Amino acid sequence: MAADPVDGTLALPEAPTRPAAGARGRRLPLLPIGIIATFIVVAALAPLLSPASPYEQSLRHRFTPPAWEDGGAWAHPLGTDRLGRDMLARIMYGARVSLAAGVLTVLLASAFGAAVGLVAGYYGGRVDAVLMRMTDATMSFPVILLALILAVTVGPSFFNVVLAIAVILWARYARVIRGEVLTLMELDFIAQARIAGAGAGRIITRHLAPNTLNTLVVLVTLQIGYVIIVEASLSFLGAGIPPPTPAWGSMIAEGRDFVTSAWWVSLLPGLAILLVVLAFNLLGDWLRDTLDPKLRQL
Amino acid sequence: MIRFVCFRLLQSLIALAILSVVVFVLARATGDPLHMILPMSATEEDYANARQYLGLDRPYVEQYLTFVGRAATGDFGNSIRARRPVSEILRERLPNSLRLALFAMTVSLAMAFPLGVLAAVKKGTGLDRAAQVISVLGQSLPSFWVAIILVEFVAGRWQWLPAGGNEGFTSYILPGFTLGWFVVAGLMRLLRSGMLEVLDSEYVKLARLKGVAESRVVWMHALKNALIPVVTFAGIYFSILVTTAIVVETVFAWPGLGRLAYEGISSRDFPVIQAVVLTTAAIVTVVNLAVDLLYAVIDPRIRYAR
Amino acid sequence: MASPVVDVQDLRTHIVTRWGTIKAVDGVSFSVAAGETLGLVGESGSGKSMTCLSLVRLVPRPAARIVGGRVLLDGEDLLAKSEEEMQQIRGRKVGMILQDPMSSLNPVFSVGMQLREPVAMYHHLRGRALTVRAAELLAAVRIPSPAARLRAFPHQLSGGMRQRVVGAMAIAAPPRLLIADEPTTSLDLTIQAQYLGLLKELQERHRLAMIFVTHDLGIVARICDRVAVMYGGRIVEIGPVRAIFKSPAHPYTRALLEAIPRLGARRERLTTIEGQPPDLAKLPAGCAFAPRCAHAVDRCRVEAPGDTMLGPGHATRCWLHVPA
Repeated sequence: MAADPVDGTLALPEAPTRPAAGARGRRLPLLPIGIIATFIVVAALAPLLSPASPYEQSLRHRFTPPAWEDGGAWAHPLGTDRLGRDMLARIMYGARVSLAAGVLTVLLASAFGAAVGLVAGYYGGRVDAVLMRMTDATMSFPVILLALILAVTVGPSFFNVVLAIAVILWARYARVIRGEVLTLMELDFIAQARIAGAGAGRIITRHLAPNTLNTLVVLVTLQIGYVIIVEASLSFLGAGIPPPTPAWGSMIAEGRDFVTSAWWVSLLPGLAILLVVLAFNLLGDWLRDTLDPKLRQL
Repeated sequence: MIRFVCFRLLQSLIALAILSVVVFVLARATGDPLHMILPMSATEEDYANARQYLGLDRPYVEQYLTFVGRAATGDFGNSIRARRPVSEILRERLPNSLRLALFAMTVSLAMAFPLGVLAAVKKGTGLDRAAQVISVLGQSLPSFWVAIILVEFVAGRWQWLPAGGNEGFTSYILPGFTLGWFVVAGLMRLLRSGMLEVLDSEYVKLARLKGVAESRVVWMHALKNALIPVVTFAGIYFSILVTTAIVVETVFAWPGLGRLAYEGISSRDFPVIQAVVLTTAAIVTVVNLAVDLLYAVIDPRIRYAR
Repeated sequence: MASPVVDVQDLRTHIVTRWGTIKAVDGVSFSVAAGETLGLVGESGSGKSMTCLSLVRLVPRPAARIVGGRVLLDGEDLLAKSEEEMQQIRGRKVGMILQDPMSSLNPVFSVGMQLREPVAMYHHLRGRALTVRAAELLAAVRIPSPAARLRAFPHQLSGGMRQRVVGAMAIAAPPRLLIADEPTTSLDLTIQAQYLGLLKELQERHRLAMIFVTHDLGIVARICDRVAVMYGGRIVEIGPVRAIFKSPAHPYTRALLEAIPRLGARRERLTTIEGQPPDLAKLPAGCAFAPRCAHAVDRCRVEAPGDTMLGPGHATRCWLHVPA
């Protein structure tokens, strides 16, 4: 710890760093990453890649099966739905909704939750107790109930879905990050920082937060899948993204009555959800095993 | 220990109180229900009369206090749409939800425990890999999608099982399975990872050194410790169950609380919404309290922490 | 001389990892008689703990495997027994004390339960008789108010007390052989002395053969009758404590003894042993210590030395002591 001659402050000791990713030596999970990347690209470039407009109806062409079935045509590779809209196009555009909802919600929830967790863990005592009570109370409120209420109050919209889920989800992050912080506080480098005169803000931002990053990354990845499912459930119930914007959940709802006859209308969007969520979950598992095995419980 | 219980009880009551305020505000915020009830031709006077009849013109604080007072005695007023006491509706619907939830939880636990423990004990074998696959799939499949497919094929096309309805035990199977699927996946993974960690511990090594039979080492010495993270998450899983129940009940037309919630919110039925949310919250709170107590029973370190 | 309680002959344990096969225990042989204490000394990674686990066949599977040798307990080869038979032997014939008392005891069960369990198994007691016996065991390890302590949980006890409880469990049978794997390393110095005294007392009372694993030569001097020095998975010198301390033969042993700082000596620098412990996956041909040995000759690097007797019960593996 050398004294800095310029302003007389002591250089703060380095915080201990975790072993680098890949220290475990597991292979990169190419398949999940590939799937996620594909969906991201598709979502981002949907207007360019899509064979047709997702809104264009054509009652003459309703319920055409996918191209590989009898009666299908390559003009509509994945068939059409009840109103003759192209399924492939709708699935592509639906990806935008799902991915955007997933990522945005998780970013909001994790930012807020991590902040709460950091503060609670650092200050301890009363502050911690109060914050944790709030966290616990929030954590046990059923997400869909709140989302439904919001949807009906203010009207269903993308933003409401994100908000409703984020408002409940942050509690999870707060809990986990607080646990991490408590462990970190036992280590010496915090005490040293305090002795060196660092204030709460500096300790939290410069020392605690970077060490919780691993945990955060794992948690974020694992939660995106869950949020996508919740968003789809809401759209399914009619409380999510309103039509005509294509959303996988509402697509499944529309095809519900025709599952035996026009199975592709419900099945394909469901498969899309499955693929994306599975990919995120697998990626999250790999990240967890590599970065922070202690989180095995998540 | 007694202090711990009292403390937690107090916390639960405070949480419920706060929740009642939130519920009250939110229910009011879902918009004016009168639009849905009164015909289009209703006049201003009709609105005023209806409002007075339903007590909607009183100051908010008074409405809240009346609400709390009555709720404590189980009187949630009358459903605006169905025009009968909400408590009556609740009494009809609640048991259905509870029975389904109980069925789902029981089956889930019965499946998750042996699978989770055995997957850890036989790590790396086919059973373990199968368990991991089930676990990941279970958490990646949207329940409503599974529900639709099940209704359509298992109930519709193949006619193996009924899709809800009243046919006794078999009615529970499809909705219960759909409801519990997620829980099985999650619990199994928790148990597996918990057991893996515990099986590596020094005290398990010592138990083996003492000559304790391996089955006892696994199912008693190890499992009790591995339960700790499971119990911690049990509360969360229950609320996920509640969340999923709304969707599942809707798809299977199950006459329970979840569906009632959906119906109530769609028709802006204040009393129903209030009652449902409050009841749900009360149930969740009770479950969380039980979970915390269970936690203290299992882990003596918690009991004596204060 | 009466036959030894435990007679280990050419024990070999390998651990298969993705970086190669680690020869954790590479041809270890020794014996311990009733009432005798053998110290097992060496650096971390020398194979001390793995040797002990191999004796009771609790090596961490599936990676580790005992690949050769014999372990005779009262004449019977433990390596030839079935797992069911071994379960009967563990605890009853061989007791073991682990290093860290914080983690050796199951945190969710009371002390009483964890003590009653082995007693019930070994002596087929139940109910009151069982509880009384458990309290007696606690008293034997000098824990105050034993009956009340039975209801306590591990986290309510201090480290020293926990280690005593572990000791009580280890002698519950009582066994023929007691293995203590660095039992005092995590304890305070003052508690250490008490604990060593307790172990000695228990040994005398039950005529236990004891294997005491440690890296602390001071402890060896205090309580061991004989000592085996391990390096790179092999025993490089074994003999009576007196003989080894007075005239250590193997260069490694000598270096260890020299490394002990002495009061009054006029040295300014502490003596250390140069180099690093060997990578057990890539042991060199020849003597494992050769790379760090100040006296190594060419033969040391090429051929692994065999046992050379230096005196009664005193042997070493070193080319320097082989008569030319």
